[in-house]
Amino acid sequence: MSSPETKGSGLKWVGRAIRRLEDPALVTGQGRFTADLAAAHWVRFVRSPVAAGTIKGISAPDGAHVITAADLSGVKPIVPMLHKFSYRPVEQSVLADGQVRYVGEPVAIAVAASEEEAEDLADLVEIDIDETAPLVDARAALAAGARQIHPQAPDNVILEGNVETPGFDGLWNSAAKVVSIEARSRRQNATPMEARAGHASYDAPTGRITLTCTTQMPHLMRTAIADILGMRESDLRVIAPDVGGGFGQKMSLCAEYVALVWLARKLKSSVAWTEDRRENLIASFHSRDQYITLEAAFDSNARLLALRADIVANVGAYSCFPTTSGVEPLMAMAEMPGPYDVQQYRCRARGVLTNTCTMAAYRGVSRPVITFTLERLMDKAAAAFAIDPVDIRRRNLIAAFPYTSAMGLVYDEATYKETLEMAVEAIDVPAFRARQQSARAKGHYPGIGFATFSERTGYGSPAFAARGMAITPGWETVHLTVDPSGFVEARIGSSPHGQGLRTTLAQIIADEIGVAPELIRVVHGDTDTAPYGWGTFASRSLVISGGATLLAARKVRAKLMKIASHMLEADPEDIVLESGAAKVAGTDRSVTIAAMAREAYTQTHRFNGEIEPGLTESGTYDPPGTFSNACHVAIVAVDTETGFVKIERFLVAEDAGRIINPMIADGQVHGGVAQGIGNALLEEIVYDESGGILTANLADYMPPTAHEMPSIELHHLETPSTQSITRAKGLGEGGSIGAPAAVVNAINDALSPFGIQIDEMPATPQRIRAALRNAGRAA
Amino acid sequence: MTEKSSITLRINGQEHSIAVEPRRTLADAIREDCGQTGTHIGCEHGICGACTVIVDGEPVRSCLMFAVQAEGKAIRTVEGLAQNDTLHPIQQAFIDHHGLQCGFCTPGFLMLAVGVLEREPDISDDDLLDVLSSNLCRCTGYQNIIKAVRAAAAEMRK
Repeated sequence: MSSPETKGSGLKWVGRAIRRLEDPALVTGQGRFTADLAAAHWVRFVRSPVAAGTIKGISAPDGAHVITAADLSGVKPIVPMLHKFSYRPVEQSVLADGQVRYVGEPVAIAVAASEEEAEDLADLVEIDIDETAPLVDARAALAAGARQIHPQAPDNVILEGNVETPGFDGLWNSAAKVVSIEARSRRQNATPMEARAGHASYDAPTGRITLTCTTQMPHLMRTAIADILGMRESDLRVIAPDVGGGFGQKMSLCAEYVALVWLARKLKSSVAWTEDRRENLIASFHSRDQYITLEAAFDSNARLLALRADIVANVGAYSCFPTTSGVEPLMAMAEMPGPYDVQQYRCRARGVLTNTCTMAAYRGVSRPVITFTLERLMDKAAAAFAIDPVDIRRRNLIAAFPYTSAMGLVYDEATYKETLEMAVEAIDVPAFRARQQSARAKGHYPGIGFATFSERTGYGSPAFAARGMAITPGWETVHLTVDPSGFVEARIGSSPHGQGLRTTLAQIIADEIGVAPELIRVVHGDTDTAPYGWGTFASRSLVISGGATLLAARKVRAKLMKIASHMLEADPEDIVLESGAAKVAGTDRSVTIAAMAREAYTQTHRFNGEIEPGLTESGTYDPPGTFSNACHVAIVAVDTETGFVKIERFLVAEDAGRIINPMIADGQVHGGVAQGIGNALLEEIVYDESGGILTANLADYMPPTAHEMPSIELHHLETPSTQSITRAKGLGEGGSIGAPAAVVNAINDALSPFGIQIDEMPATPQRIRAALRNAGRAA
Repeated sequence: MTEKSSITLRINGQEHSIAVEPRRTLADAIREDCGQTGTHIGCEHGICGACTVIVDGEPVRSCLMFAVQAEGKAIRTVEGLAQNDTLHPIQQAFIDHHGLQCGFCTPGFLMLAVGVLEREPDISDDDLLDVLSSNLCRCTGYQNIIKAVRAAAAEMRK
């Protein structure tokens, strides 16, 4: 661990594993989370117990304070919008109005003086629903004659994307071999340890509302809620305090938060809601429920010629704001070719409405699913050509940069082949194969699986505009101030919640203006104090907010140099800025940053109009996007009697460009891999035929514990990005993207003597045993 | 609502006289009645362990215990770990080994680890892994939590 002292000049802080500035408060119980706030009123949402039907009536005890859709006159519905891909703008009422469309949909609000009393009251609210048979599965909802879930979407298709590169058919028909896969990804819940929570309070003198909520996007919550309620945005302040994990689930607008703001305005008081775990599992956002059919045409040398994909994403009952339910199918369509050099591509991607909880972003968005599909296919292709799985990847990975994909995405320099070779070397494949041979002779079944992938990160507004989003996120702004005492404060529009951004941005600033990170505070998550920004999601904050931070810091540095030149009466070229002071090189003349800051505010008359008063600068950054990459390798042991899978070894060789803080970077990979392993083996939201959820607690929906986690070996390459001014690439999602494919490929390798293929995730013991039983019967 | 009982909870050596319904969980009482919000609630099913506190020397899931059951017992929460400005070795180890990201599950892991290490300072790595599997963390992948707890165990044995 590095010492926190500044050493010498040059790049002193970036690249060092300094301890996080966030931690002292969090380890002493002084974190401030939404549910820590007291309120005058507590609410409990009464949720639909059935998946589909018409509300006939809602009854509550006399005199009870219960709100229904009928009370919300003037409240607009939530209508996320895309201007492309035949998108149908379906509407979601803040409380179900007439129809219910999934189990868990908010129908009424019970309001009481305490949380317990609100729960008691909610139990007494009766909803009379004329039930209809639900459509739970996407294929069922697509079937001819299926009941229509929304009036705006006659065939239950909310959007459809189609692409075909010119010349596709010709090349496809020239193929020596076509290999295909029918992949199935079951539904997941991101499961942040802090479920949702909101607290809205009314300020009588100003009439303003402050909504404190556990969100990844405070500014966008303000914009969305003000629109829906017809408020001026300046009358609403949104605070994201400490947020207990998000992983994408907390970036979408929740109807519940709209209701809280509405209630606080109506009651002119404070109102709070803390979601319980069951609500989170059934009614917060879900993800990853997809069917993908992928076919690949190869030439006789196992070189990939063309890919043909059909993507069906079950998007649930409504569209999520701001990304819309295009988030999964359109991401899958855009990035399906992954790390491989293939210029011919045909794809049809559909988002399908069903009577299930709304789908939204979850770490990796679709890329865990498309990487799983493509990497399973590459293993099948290797088998079809009777070559090694590593070899087929060697033949097809992108090696020349910049590379323009069949979808027109420009890949900056990366190390697809190099990380693969690094991983192959480190894991020692020949030794494993020898061990596998002897183990099989004794009835044991170890297996090895590879996954190589690209991870598009740090993309600005042009990337989102390509989807035709009515709300087009992307850029970030940072306001950087040195106060008159020399203390530095950066106000950022990103909204970190565990990523350590307060520390990494402080490292970037520290190098630029020569002060220690301890003297730099990064302020975020409050629309009253932070500049408008898009929050933290899509592995963007270090790249985009980091870039904006660097731009602002360069301006502050330039101004400090001017002030130093003025105060030291020296040529700016002779001045160095380090260790909290400006020094004239080769002399003992210096002035501290604190003295310069004081001068900038209180002695401006001495500047003769040549330097602007004050010491605040802004930076805004909107980059095109960059690609991180990695190779994951899993070694597993499969117990063929029980279907139990033990991960014996897990190795990651990754390249995320320049690393600002290696400790934090490694932590992001560890956490992502853990979620990927959950995705591969354990985690599944299960609906029954009636649309009820069978996995509504953490004993049935199972995130991994320490027991299920192998030790993760990390190997690094650093290819500085040319598309990011800090040279850093994002890496928040990669761990979760590669792990499912590597683990399930390893399971398939382990079970290859049985001639079975598992193309579904999670690969639970039940599924493995079923495949083995079927193979046994067939034999 | 049912009748409230007056009870006194002793948390980190300090007495809190409160009135709670019999159904009030210890977790809610600690947070809402006693104002010690460092203890977090993650599932209320006794699965995630975010609400772990130490009651009479044993790590306990405070969402599974009623407040009235804790009367007269010594309750320790995350707020009581540091002595003045000196962090407990487990707190320092979590910082040094990056054993936390969002920090929501952290108080529960800290109390779980302290409870176990005080009882069993020489716990084996395997047994420690069993214990740490009691709680859920969604951010870290556990590797650094395990490292931190081992480092703290070594420090606490000194």
